[in-house]
Amino acid sequence: MNIKVRVWRQSSASSSGKMVSYDVKDISPDASFLEMIDVLNETLILSGDDPIAFDHDCREGICGACSMVINGVAHGPEKATTTCQLHMRHFSDGDVIDVEPWRAAAFPVIKDLIVDRGAFDQIIQAGGYISAPTGTAPDAHAAPVPKKDADAAFEAATCIGCGACVAACPNGSSMLFTAAKITHLGLMPQGQPERNSRVIDMLQAQDDAGFGGCTNMGECAEVCPKGIPLSLIGRLNSDYRKALSKS
Amino acid sequence: MAASGIVLVGFLFAHAAGNLKIFIGNEDFDHYAHWLRTIGTPLLPDVWFLWIMRIGLLVAIFAHIWSATVLTVRAKKARPVKYAHRPKVQGSYAARTMRWGGVIVLLFIIYHILDLTTHTLNPVKDSANPHANVIGDFAPERWYVTAFYAISVIAVGLHLRHGIFSAARTLGQQTAKGQRRAQAIALVLSVLLVVAYLSVPFAVTVGLVK
Repeated sequence: MNIKVRVWRQSSASSSGKMVSYDVKDISPDASFLEMIDVLNETLILSGDDPIAFDHDCREGICGACSMVINGVAHGPEKATTTCQLHMRHFSDGDVIDVEPWRAAAFPVIKDLIVDRGAFDQIIQAGGYISAPTGTAPDAHAAPVPKKDADAAFEAATCIGCGACVAACPNGSSMLFTAAKITHLGLMPQGQPERNSRVIDMLQAQDDAGFGGCTNMGECAEVCPKGIPLSLIGRLNSDYRKALSKS
Repeated sequence: MAASGIVLVGFLFAHAAGNLKIFIGNEDFDHYAHWLRTIGTPLLPDVWFLWIMRIGLLVAIFAHIWSATVLTVRAKKARPVKYAHRPKVQGSYAARTMRWGGVIVLLFIIYHILDLTTHTLNPVKDSANPHANVIGDFAPERWYVTAFYAISVIAVGLHLRHGIFSAARTLGQQTAKGQRRAQAIALVLSVLLVVAYLSVPFAVTVGLVK
């Protein structure tokens, strides 16, 4: 199939960028979106141009590195799918596809489609951890966890920290990411000692990093490649209210 | 947003109940309107209770607008570079229109107070007979007023459709089942309010209430 892509090109963090059009010919419908850009980059290199810089790592949908807004939708048109798992068969011959980086003040563009997601690390450093004694691994089932809680914690723990929630949010808020971490750690017995300080500190770090405020619009959950449910934000709000009343 | 919003939704239901009295009879409606000015007497002087309510509502409206402004300013700062390609709606249409919808609702409230509270823009201006002001307002030849009220009330409905759910979420509603329930309740309450508020102007326009 033959398509045209319009890609955000920005040579460095300090330079201004623009959308640039490229024709991509004879792409297999079974190629992934990233493979399509690989092919495009080969032609760019052969013609002496700078290849398009983009983040990618595992290419099997579990690392969260790939980060592209495709036709205005983070990770493209397929639900619960990362960009690397998106295939060209979901597009049509002759399509014009717009590819942009995550847009958020907290995620500054480093080059082309690569953004600095260090703001997520700041949120994690503020409270995304548990205190565990060192030594040998604890016995299995030493701390019983109800099946329901284990399942819900695991669902939240599938967050790969890709940042699509921020990219999609009209407010540029990272609430779904933070809520996933609050839920994942707060449902486990090991997460209880820091439960109150965690929610207060992580929200503070989120605000300090320049993310917007959540207005429960739900765009985040629509694009999340791991299907993190919007309802977790209510859990964060509830934890926050309880933590404030105890602090 | 949630706390001030809940106060305002409570007011909307009380206001709607009062409006519907016009279907019982014009005298009942007038009696209710005059009663609003005497609630709390003789413990409080005349109109005091009404002014306490009005001040409470103004505080809620101010808190609501102030919170919305803070959120809007933060949102603008959080995305300094816009997307070149951005589809309109993925999640909820009502959620997307909260800000402009809120401004429309505010402009409507100002017009509504100038119309039926101060009577500045009312064609009848009869303080003794509130029902006459309502009937004069929505007379068939003033169809554009009725249309403006209808658009504004629907804007209120859309605002509440997302607002009631969002308030529940802000206050800690956190299960998927509860989310479906909160969204259903928000829809039902919004539709009830829109129907209640639209029934009076349309009933006057078509001549059911004279």
